[in-house]
Amino acid sequence: MRYLPLTDADRAEMLDRIGIESVDEIFSDVPAKARLDGLLDLPLRKSEMEVERQLSALSNRNIAASQAPFFVGAGAYRRHIPASVDHLIQRSEYLTGYTPYQPEISQGTLQVLFEFQTQVALLTGMGVANASMYDGSTACAEAVLMACRITRRSKVILSGNLHPHYAECAHTLTRCTNIETRSNLARPGGLDDIINAIGEDTSAVVVQNPDVFGQAHDLTPIADAAHAKGAILIAVFTEAVSMGLMKTPGAMGADIVVGEGQSIGVGLQFGGPYVGLFACRNDRNYVRNMPGRLAGETVDADGRRSFVLTLSTREQHIRRDRATSNICTNSGLMALAWTIHMTLLGDTGLRTMAQLSHERACELANRLSSLGGVELVTDTFFNEFTLRLPGNAAEMVQALADRGVLGGVPASRLYPGKGLDDLLLVAATETNTQSDIIAYEMALKEVL
Amino acid sequence: MSTRYTKDHEWIRIEGEEGVVGISAHAAEQLGDVVFVELPELGKTVAQGDELAVVESVKAASEVYAPVSGEVIAVNNALEDEPARVNESPDAEGWFVKIRITDVGQLDGLMDDVAYADYTK
Amino acid sequence: MAMNNQGRPSAPVHTSDPGAYEETFSGSKGLDQAEPLIFERKTYGKTGVDFEVSTGTVTRLGTLVREGGLGLPGLSEPEAMRHYVRLSRKNYAIDLGLYPLGSCTMKHNPRLNEKLARLPGFADVHPLQPQSTVQGAYALIGELAHWLMTLTNMPAVAMSPKAGAHGELCGMMAIRAALDARAEHHRRRVLAPESAHGTNPATAVQCGFSCDEIPANQRGRVDMEAFKAKLGADVAAIMLTNPNTCGLFEGDIREIADLMHEAGGYFYCDGANFNAISGRVRPGDLGVDAMHFNLHKTYSTPHGGGGPGSGPTVLSEALAPYAPLPFLVREGESWRMVEDQAAAEAVNADPFGRMTAFHGNMGMFVRAMSYMLSHGADGLKQASEDAVLNANYVLARLKHVMTPSFEGLCMHEALFDDRFLKDTGVTTLDFAKAMIDEGYHPMTMYFPLVVHGAMLIEPTESESRESVDRFCDTLEALALAAKAGETERFTAAPRFAPVRRLDETKAARQPVLRWTPPAADAHAAEQPPSGG
Repeated sequence: MRYLPLTDADRAEMLDRIGIESVDEIFSDVPAKARLDGLLDLPLRKSEMEVERQLSALSNRNIAASQAPFFVGAGAYRRHIPASVDHLIQRSEYLTGYTPYQPEISQGTLQVLFEFQTQVALLTGMGVANASMYDGSTACAEAVLMACRITRRSKVILSGNLHPHYAECAHTLTRCTNIETRSNLARPGGLDDIINAIGEDTSAVVVQNPDVFGQAHDLTPIADAAHAKGAILIAVFTEAVSMGLMKTPGAMGADIVVGEGQSIGVGLQFGGPYVGLFACRNDRNYVRNMPGRLAGETVDADGRRSFVLTLSTREQHIRRDRATSNICTNSGLMALAWTIHMTLLGDTGLRTMAQLSHERACELANRLSSLGGVELVTDTFFNEFTLRLPGNAAEMVQALADRGVLGGVPASRLYPGKGLDDLLLVAATETNTQSDIIAYEMALKEVL
Repeated sequence: MSTRYTKDHEWIRIEGEEGVVGISAHAAEQLGDVVFVELPELGKTVAQGDELAVVESVKAASEVYAPVSGEVIAVNNALEDEPARVNESPDAEGWFVKIRITDVGQLDGLMDDVAYADYTK
Repeated sequence: MAMNNQGRPSAPVHTSDPGAYEETFSGSKGLDQAEPLIFERKTYGKTGVDFEVSTGTVTRLGTLVREGGLGLPGLSEPEAMRHYVRLSRKNYAIDLGLYPLGSCTMKHNPRLNEKLARLPGFADVHPLQPQSTVQGAYALIGELAHWLMTLTNMPAVAMSPKAGAHGELCGMMAIRAALDARAEHHRRRVLAPESAHGTNPATAVQCGFSCDEIPANQRGRVDMEAFKAKLGADVAAIMLTNPNTCGLFEGDIREIADLMHEAGGYFYCDGANFNAISGRVRPGDLGVDAMHFNLHKTYSTPHGGGGPGSGPTVLSEALAPYAPLPFLVREGESWRMVEDQAAAEAVNADPFGRMTAFHGNMGMFVRAMSYMLSHGADGLKQASEDAVLNANYVLARLKHVMTPSFEGLCMHEALFDDRFLKDTGVTTLDFAKAMIDEGYHPMTMYFPLVVHGAMLIEPTESESRESVDRFCDTLEALALAAKAGETERFTAAPRFAPVRRLDETKAARQPVLRWTPPAADAHAAEQPPSGG
């Protein structure tokens, strides 16, 4: 077996040194009835070639984003990732290290995390950020818990235009606590009335921007209304690149900003691993109630600047049943990919990438909505918009796929049974070419 | 004025019906460098043995219990910015809260300084 | 003769002590190169990514367009490569040496897994593409699920949890849902050994339970009398790691499961240590109701410097109906992802909710599948056997110079405590830091909490005999040095790492969690960062 270095001779000598006859003796505490004598009913070991053949066959049965005009979004986006990103994250020293609990021999990862935290704070316009969460949806749910710890209130309002999967995650994580999360009804193309739902006992309001339908909003009035009642505004994003062109959530008054970092550095990966971004005001009470790991700056015994995981008394391995979260692992390698891509982009590249996405989306929206019976529902958007089709959107998406175009996500897949069956969510990015856009227009014309 | 100690290493300095609460020098040394102190809200009522505060070092978080029942009438806000006071001056500047004692009789169950010194030997 | 008059010495001539010049002008020390933060390079306005030309017009964002920059520095590709490669060299890694972190299972990460995870049909597909276009990806998830259920003899597995702790949450939420379905709202107490991972009590509390600790007996196992005494009508479940965090198999596990079931509660098994028994023992045969895997440990999807993990969670018949959305069902030759409540009810499921936006960490599934196919039923069994063999060999070789916490054999990790350091002036921490100077990552320290100054060593099956021997030689020499009074060797350690011990008190008392521009330097950025 190519991954197991011990030889039979080694094993025999080692057993001898341990003073036992057989490795079975080590398993003698296992109840007799539960000991497996033979092998499980699974295939035997395979060579690299065989494994590659088997998995390649499965891979080939899927249509990859690069193989078709591709306009699927709704929380994950296809973007160009420079080749150097994937090379760097495969360096052994990043790929095969553990969480940097021994700072003397983890300064590389720790400095990367410190830079990551700073970039996330700058991107969102916030004071501080943590070292990443599993993904945007779990970051959002954790933000709800954090807001309730800070305000010591327990009622949370979720915008109806928050990605329904994010809302479900928040409901699920809080269902066993005394926190009450209530979702408004969705309002495609507009925004549900959050301001009037805020009461004196509201802990937080959770608003996505641009929202799940793609509509972009000014969060300032919501922030003001929340603050007037002592509530927290949690701003959510599913497309981090949007902040390359738009005002930051911080500039619009958000207190906690969470979202999905996938579109920078990470790739589609069929849903994961992704990287959750989590930023908040630089306020002691906020920082102490943050979930997840934090890298901080300090000095070593010789006074050299160095970095270390800090404020870990918030975490489960110390605080146990009183931890701010049960999270142990974060998304270290994806945070690395994110920060490398962001470093390559810088302000300039990020803005260009965002600009191109917006232009492509605008052109696509114009072309598609000029087809007979198609209506553009969202008038203000970044790179994703919603169309009202003259028929069932899910069926048309399938018909488009049959013609080799991956045309978006039917709203009914996110809001089943909610009467949104004629709505289609469409996203464009810098990866879409002019011919992709025209191919989509032609295909949609055919299936209408 | 007298000071009493609990088996959990809190001290309470009695000033009439009121008591100032902190943790002992012995406890402060055991904890190592204190990096954060979480104090209760003013006006909170606690029963003897209830959690009163949390004191954190880099690698541990420890609860501080109320030595007697009462109402919190003052907290040492200076600890928020200078938690090191708990290490540097556990008996004086590193105090945590002031309590209005509801049952002074509970003090009889606590140790005096001689008994506490003996207890921590 | 034709003479080259530029001859240079070809052997060292200067052998005196270079101590006077310990510091360098650049801050670098040979291959250990100093590297500033990206923010300190003042490379604002630069970029390392070229794009097609854009028109620059924004037509659909109205007043929401941002004026000015964000203050994000950019580096060209050569600069970025150098930055991240230089930083990488300050990290320890499995590929550099034995990584004996107990409970973390730092085994070799096969590169075939990395290659296959990057196949476009897995890496470049969207979770919300039409289901007809991702049947191969679904089939892979289905195949991995089959392996996980077979390895555990369990009837169901929830694939979406993103990490071990997320899997714990999944299992405990399923338990909570099952109790709620039985209208047993009074069952709110969860038992867990005091040696449990911190995630166990944290998870229990997040699911609305309280946590009640069970003491260990002299043999490092659950104290059965104490356990029985804690059973009652308000008990919801027990959370138990097996092999436990002392590296020992809980021999009474079947009885624990039976007693818990008789008492009306469930048995959650923390699968963090499954690497000891994968292919040799099936948790379903032990009465387990739920168990998460840590695919990044047991099946070697890499740790990546702190994630991503992946925590599929197997469930018993009693809990299976409550598995979270989304989940896969097989319909003839094709697969369907059930994504909402109504669709779930149509297949007689009653999911407790949703744990993440999509359906789990596909990238980790591919790697785990590649690992499992490579090993096969025979290789997985052999891997577990080699893992426990290596750990027991370490125990056998070191028990004379270090102090094992418990008598007898161990499973996949060997637990020592600090009794052998008594009166040496050397602590567990010092000992661990001295290992850094010897070229090793320290073992897990001060965990589990049930022994004093714990040192938990897990060599894994990836180490050759030669490697384990060299490691044991080093630890033996260190233990003898500590006993011989070479205290400075330990208290001053590490001396040969990129940095020496850090001031963690300062980091926690005055947290600096991000770079901020020095006041005098605020104009360096096009637009100074505004902060929150």
